[in-house]
Amino acid sequence: MKQTVLVGALALAGLSAGVAGAATLDDVKARGKLNCGVTTGLTGFANPNANGEWEGFDVAVCRAVAAAILGDPTAIEFVPTTGKTRFTALASGEIDMLARNTTWTFTRDVDLKFEFVGVNYYDGQGFMVPKELGVSSAKELDGATVCIQTGTTTELNLADFFRANNMEYEPVPVETDNEAQQQYLAGACDAYTTDASGLAAVRATFEAPGDHILLPEIISKEPLGPLVRHGDNEWGDIVRWTLNALIAAEEYGITSANVDELAQGTESPEINRILGTEGSLGEMLGLNADWAKNAIKAGGNYGELFEKNIGEATPIGLARGLNAQWTNGGLLYAPPFR
Amino acid sequence: MSITTAPPKESFRLGMLVYDTRYRSITIQIVALIGFLILAGWLVNNTLHNLAVLGKPIDFSFLKDSAGYDINQRLIDYNSQSSHWRATVVGLINTLLVAFLGCITATIIGIIVGVLRLSNNWLVARLMTVYVETFRNVPVLLWIVFTMAILIETLPAPRDFRGDDSEASMVLFDSVALTNRGFYVPEPMFSRGLGDLPILADRSSPACAVPEGGGPVSDSCGLFQVSLDLLLILAVLGAGFYVSSLIRKRADRIQNQTGDRPTTWYLRLGVVVIPTVAVLVLLGFHLGRPELKGFNFQGGIYLRNSLIALWLALSLYTAAFIAEIVRAGILAISKGQSEAAAALGLRSNRIMSLVILPQALRVIIPPLISQYLNLTKNSSLAIAVGYMDLTGTLMGITLNQTGRELETVLMGMLVYLSISLCISAVMNLYNQRVKLVER
Repeated sequence: MKQTVLVGALALAGLSAGVAGAATLDDVKARGKLNCGVTTGLTGFANPNANGEWEGFDVAVCRAVAAAILGDPTAIEFVPTTGKTRFTALASGEIDMLARNTTWTFTRDVDLKFEFVGVNYYDGQGFMVPKELGVSSAKELDGATVCIQTGTTTELNLADFFRANNMEYEPVPVETDNEAQQQYLAGACDAYTTDASGLAAVRATFEAPGDHILLPEIISKEPLGPLVRHGDNEWGDIVRWTLNALIAAEEYGITSANVDELAQGTESPEINRILGTEGSLGEMLGLNADWAKNAIKAGGNYGELFEKNIGEATPIGLARGLNAQWTNGGLLYAPPFR
Repeated sequence: MSITTAPPKESFRLGMLVYDTRYRSITIQIVALIGFLILAGWLVNNTLHNLAVLGKPIDFSFLKDSAGYDINQRLIDYNSQSSHWRATVVGLINTLLVAFLGCITATIIGIIVGVLRLSNNWLVARLMTVYVETFRNVPVLLWIVFTMAILIETLPAPRDFRGDDSEASMVLFDSVALTNRGFYVPEPMFSRGLGDLPILADRSSPACAVPEGGGPVSDSCGLFQVSLDLLLILAVLGAGFYVSSLIRKRADRIQNQTGDRPTTWYLRLGVVVIPTVAVLVLLGFHLGRPELKGFNFQGGIYLRNSLIALWLALSLYTAAFIAEIVRAGILAISKGQSEAAAALGLRSNRIMSLVILPQALRVIIPPLISQYLNLTKNSSLAIAVGYMDLTGTLMGITLNQTGRELETVLMGMLVYLSISLCISAVMNLYNQRVKLVER
């Protein structure tokens, strides 16, 4: 017995990579906590508030998943990750899921062996420049010094954009948003580039947000979404359908305010199936029947989360745009719950 | 009758491996070695197995793929279409550059501070003590970040140089621009240059095709290119120094024979300076000045603030340790040596340079080697200020874009190991030369 423990400890210490794989759900249940990877701090998406509690749009996805599995939206261990450390953290099993403005790309999905479970924000890469620079288009940035977070798709998009337009630039790689802000505000770089939502979030924290403009060019498609490891499809299904439940809830008018009332039973079979009063969807996922109800109660449906964290009423002030429901001309479209 | 007292022939039994003290220690060592090898083998096997399960077996073919990202400081030709391998080489050269600059500066500062710490001047000695204690007792990462923050926050941005009554202006006869993006200094240029020589070039590759109508091949030919102008100047300088040493030897000979040393300084200076200046004039040497064009200064040599911050912080930090090593080395030389030298009539600065330091070197060199190694390894903190060294390219962006953690980190470790062993080897050779020769 002792020997087994020793060998086990060695295995854990040496190479936990890859050992974690199957049955993430059982691990989470046994642990009583969901390990969720988030950013090191991006206002509106994931940031600790004054009380030290994480809040934001990406954090809300983690909370919904924790609520769906454990019935408790606070049973989460948040693991801050940088653009560089996030994939290693996920692949090694240090975190169960990653909700960190991560762009869904072919290589990440196929070559890095991750499973993107959906898109929670349709974004694109933009540029922010100080107004006094007098630049009105990204095409005028020839020769500019551009601050950029390393280890992101933006790095590759930026290289492609300047090469395609036959322009020169000087990249200044930075590790985190905070470093980028420091360099950008001091004028050590002319422009800062990242996802447009991230730029809006960063600008909202400036002393004088009005002195900075976002250039009109969006140079890439950045579908951001939560992701899990390859190899545990049941776990991927749970995260995927929790996200879908949040999106569907907005479509069917289920909110955090009326979810308890609707869970008593309604006329609509789809709502009943989502909230677990009809059918056995929760059981199929290996969860309780009220999994989706808990997920929606945790912070509200997709629309509520959007308005509360990054919507037009917040300092970040993002419009729904592409992220509206398909019924409103957006791209959000949850597959049917049946 | 003679009795032969041959020792009883003892046959070897297996039990003796454990119970016989002659064999026991060897037995234990062999068993420990086998155990260690099994453990190592198991770890490697486990890694390979788990990687295979993950669907990521060890594979270095990603090095041939196009990197896709740009690197700001590149001493050899590189663009986003180049391979990950080339990005690795660019990073490696950046690492070597900052390590080389850092080692030289740290040594110079360290020796000066170490000597001054022993000064009889109370104020100077105390100031040096304060310097040593502050720098070596704060983590080097903080010094790097702090230096970078100072550069960014205190120096003017390039746009402050714009206009007739600009907020900031260039220094040193308008030739050097100190900005918060880095320093722009004039670059040497040759109007009648000889071009570049590609090294390790594959003549058949399209990049190395000579353009129609002659002219230089493209920049991407070969692993890197060496300026022929630089080679020529170095050759002339080398020849000058060689002739200069011949003149010195002749002067030594005359002094030994006659007791009078002929004055040779103007000859020795002349043979070095005149040919070099002649070559520079022939090549059409002039300085290219940086000018503000568009967003940034153009022309001149651009020392990025990431390089300066890293170089400065690493040098100052390591110099504090070297200063202590130098001080210890000097204190290790017995007082009798300096008294004897003083009795011969030498001045105190000549006592230091001719008597004390050469002997102190024997004590100084071995610990100095490890300081050089430390500096080189500490340069991997470069990413904190966005300096694209090996850690930034290979073990940073390449790792992230390809997801090949194990391969890139293994390569990185191997490279740092090789660099360290090379530095050790060179410094050990030097140590062999200066150490006490016992007769």
